[in-house]
Amino acid sequence: MSFINYSSREINCKLVFYGPGLCGKTTNLQYIYKKTNPDSKGKMISLATESERTLFFDFLPLALGNIKGFKVRFHLYTVPGQVFYDASRKLILKGVDGVVFVADSQAERMESNIESMENLRKNLQEQGYNLDQLPFVIQYNKRDLPSAVSVDELNQALNPKGVPFFEAVAPQGPGVFETLKEIAKQVIMQIKKGA
Amino acid sequence: MPDPGLIMYEEEFKQIDAELRRLHQQANAKVTFLVDKNGQLITAVGETENLDTTSLASLTAGNIAATGGMAKLLGEKDFSILFHEGERDNIHISLVGRVILVVIFDQRSSLGLVRLRVKKSVEILSQILQKILQQVDRAKAPSGSGGSGKEQPKSPFSEISEDDIDKLFG
Ligand SMILES: Nc1nc2c(ncn2[C@@H]2O[C@H](COP(=O)(O)OP(=O)(O)O)[C@@H](O)[C@H]2O)c(=O)[nH]1
Ligand SMILES: [Mg+2]
Repeated sequence: MSFINYSSREINCKLVFYGPGLCGKTTNLQYIYKKTNPDSKGKMISLATESERTLFFDFLPLALGNIKGFKVRFHLYTVPGQVFYDASRKLILKGVDGVVFVADSQAERMESNIESMENLRKNLQEQGYNLDQLPFVIQYNKRDLPSAVSVDELNQALNPKGVPFFEAVAPQGPGVFETLKEIAKQVIMQIKKGA
Repeated sequence: MPDPGLIMYEEEFKQIDAELRRLHQQANAKVTFLVDKNGQLITAVGETENLDTTSLASLTAGNIAATGGMAKLLGEKDFSILFHEGERDNIHISLVGRVILVVIFDQRSSLGLVRLRVKKSVEILSQILQKILQQVDRAKAPSGSGGSGKEQPKSPFSEISEDDIDKLFG
């Protein structure tokens, strides 16, 4: 749910990175943080366990520039991927403007990907959202690993509607900003539609 | 989609800001601020120079969301007030419908005083927010059905181009 402030001339949008545990959601945010110049970003906050697994969420505020004289701010959130953190995932989806689903390309993670995608759809539905009507992008991460399955296969399993998708290697960066740019574009176009 | 985006115009923003200023002064607070339930800061008043208000806003919303989840498990609707006590600073958080009012204070004030002043502010802020939500509804309604309300400025966003978006990413 975007927040438009005509007084301070700001648009705020919430983007959520979703996906199974260890697929690379936090790594996406870390890479974006690393590559964004200091004026454009706030602090990255990670509510993590001692072993660096996301406990509640990661949060990264970005202010990339202006559109029509309004400062556009994106608030990036990740969810904890483990199945038992479902209550937290639901909370983080509240008021979401756009979703990035990060899939783990490794063959042995296929089932977790599918389970997480179904979980995303269900959790959105509970709050009255329809995934098919939200700005939505899929990222196939970990393309560098030998057990990565083909993009065709991933699309067949995870992308029946044919939403935009990107291949990525999040720790090194390929695909990360392409993904961010596409979801940002869709969210802004949504605001345009509502205007 | 569940709820329309929050749109804030100059007039209501000024009223909110004025109310936060009043609360800040009357409660002897260090900082008062208002956050959207989704974690977006609406406005902050007081000693904010060395404070990361963006992060505070997001964590406040996370905090409210988490305790709200706990409330539901207990069969409560919500916990409308949260209080965190520190060695130096304390945080008082209260729900005002779709937004969250936060007061940070130290030994120059007291929980009793903050509570008292917050109560009054919550009433006033509720009224202003009510008005904002009505305007959002009206803006979403097909033209002509809005009735009495004043005209809002034409949205500048109807003319966004792909080029505008490309420029964001330099
Ligand atoms: N080889 C490889 N490892 C990755 C990639 N993306 C993330 N990782 C690693 O996978 C692990 C889990 O990543 P993390 O971002 O914490 O996953 P999250 O649970 O989705 O937040 C970390 O050790 C990352 O370094 C990738 O594209 N390739
Ligand atoms: Mg994580």
